[in-house]
Amino acid sequence: MTNALEIEGLVKTYGDGFRALKGIDLHVAEGDFFALLGPNGAGKSTTLGIVCSLVNKSAGKVRVFGSDIDTHLSDAKLNLGVVPQEFNFNQFEKVFDIVTTQAGYYGIPLKKASESAEKYLRQLGLWDKRDTPAMMLSGGMKRRLMIARALVHEPKLLILDEPTAGVDIELRRSMWTFLEAMNRRGTTIILTTHYLEEAEALCRNIAIIDHGRILRNTSKKELLQQLSSETFVLDTAKPLEKAPELDGFYNHLDDEGALVVDVQKGQSLNGMFIQLENQGIRVVSMRTKANRLEELFVRMVEDNNTSVAKQGETA
Amino acid sequence: MRTDAMLTAYKTIVTREIRRFMRIWPQTLLPPAVTMTLYFIIFGNLIGSRIGAMGGFDYMSFIVPGLIMMAVITSSYANVVSSFFSMKFQRSIEELLVSPVPNWIILAGYVTGGMSRGLGIGLIVTLLSLGFTQLSIHHLPMVILTVFLTSALFSLGGFINAMLATKFDDISIVPTFVLTPLTYLGGVFYSIDMLPGFWQGVSMINPILYMVNAFRYGILGVSDVNPYVALGMILMFIAILSAISLRMLARGKGIRH
Repeated sequence: MTNALEIEGLVKTYGDGFRALKGIDLHVAEGDFFALLGPNGAGKSTTLGIVCSLVNKSAGKVRVFGSDIDTHLSDAKLNLGVVPQEFNFNQFEKVFDIVTTQAGYYGIPLKKASESAEKYLRQLGLWDKRDTPAMMLSGGMKRRLMIARALVHEPKLLILDEPTAGVDIELRRSMWTFLEAMNRRGTTIILTTHYLEEAEALCRNIAIIDHGRILRNTSKKELLQQLSSETFVLDTAKPLEKAPELDGFYNHLDDEGALVVDVQKGQSLNGMFIQLENQGIRVVSMRTKANRLEELFVRMVEDNNTSVAKQGETA
Repeated sequence: MRTDAMLTAYKTIVTREIRRFMRIWPQTLLPPAVTMTLYFIIFGNLIGSRIGAMGGFDYMSFIVPGLIMMAVITSSYANVVSSFFSMKFQRSIEELLVSPVPNWIILAGYVTGGMSRGLGIGLIVTLLSLGFTQLSIHHLPMVILTVFLTSALFSLGGFINAMLATKFDDISIVPTFVLTPLTYLGGVFYSIDMLPGFWQGVSMINPILYMVNAFRYGILGVSDVNPYVALGMILMFIAILSAISLRMLARGKGIRH
């Protein structure tokens, strides 16, 4: 299968000498839903900025659907749609004009551009706002406008840099549904996010970047298997006053009174349920805690920080 | 990018630019019309009637070509510098940078946008001047060539200014401290024959003098300089500024990190 994105030995040194990227290799397969995760300043936006031609690279190779950005930049750009972190449209222009103008930059004639703009503005719930100047939109609407603008030329690869930053939960969920549908229809999606729950819910493959280096690049499944324990949230028939004594299972009550139990790899859930049954605690529902990726991410970044600090000491 | 796609992209940029200055017409179209009308009334009618003839023509007729050119120059420059810098400031320039539009199309689109406003203002000022004097065209091709090329040249100047600017102050420095003095000293209101020899020599290094005089030659048939030399100079400056602009775009000066 063709790779939607291939990055080899990517280096970026800014004018002040800061090395944001120290030789990054990254491959994203066509059709993937891929997350690039990392703490602030890790190099996520620089990487995506280079792919989108907003940042000049210092060294390395970038190919979008096989088109090298050094030799076939125009072909690479035709396959790319970009949703940046910051609002970057003319605030005085009307919603419809912003989207059709972007289509025009891709060489799409106005009639076809208008049809495509209508399709995506309707899908993203902005059609009623088409004649509204962008500055009059709410934050969530502005984010959706940037998604409509990025899709108007039907790109094969959609890059989203923190697409749901500052968006309320309801809107975030509806954006997830929209992006999942886009991905099912064949659009490759790469996103960066601070909401690890988002990456865990949406993405199939994940790369973790820190201090300009890729720490891990693997499938979400494989990444999560590295966790030595899994956390379950149990709702009980009667509210508990305090966490029960469960031999071999660390547990506590969360803020809402649900029982949170850590189950180590190899431990049997049956053992936990027998102990609960013996104490007269009846479980009515159970779910896994959704921040497993977050635990892993924090651990990896902390390990890397320690390693970077040690290198600094010995240098 | 295919040729028809490039043409669509070019038309998109030009349409966007025209839509922008039409949307804010009280800031873009009205002020030069008001200012130039005041020039016609004060310098042309009130003071001009006491000055007498200049270059063989009454003073009003003499200053009209220069005032039209002044309006074209400042409007062409102002359109591109403010539009492109605003795009940088709002980061909407990224819409263009992520798209496959070639740099020369971006430049051509902005220059055409600047020329649209510059020539539009030129037309408005010309129509206003007809209320004060009669205009006869001495050499139409020279009039058209000079006004088009001058508008293109100052649109390019505005583009370079916008690329280099990092704050709003930077886009007003050149118009205020360079463009305006050069225009006023470029023979808009007087013939350089009136100046002492030394200042005539100094005036000859002012490029705007050549443009104003070439345009005046096209309308009145009189000029302080050879109009064909002036045309050659404008073309040479256009070539130089185009090369600089394209180089800056390729390197992403001020627009890419």
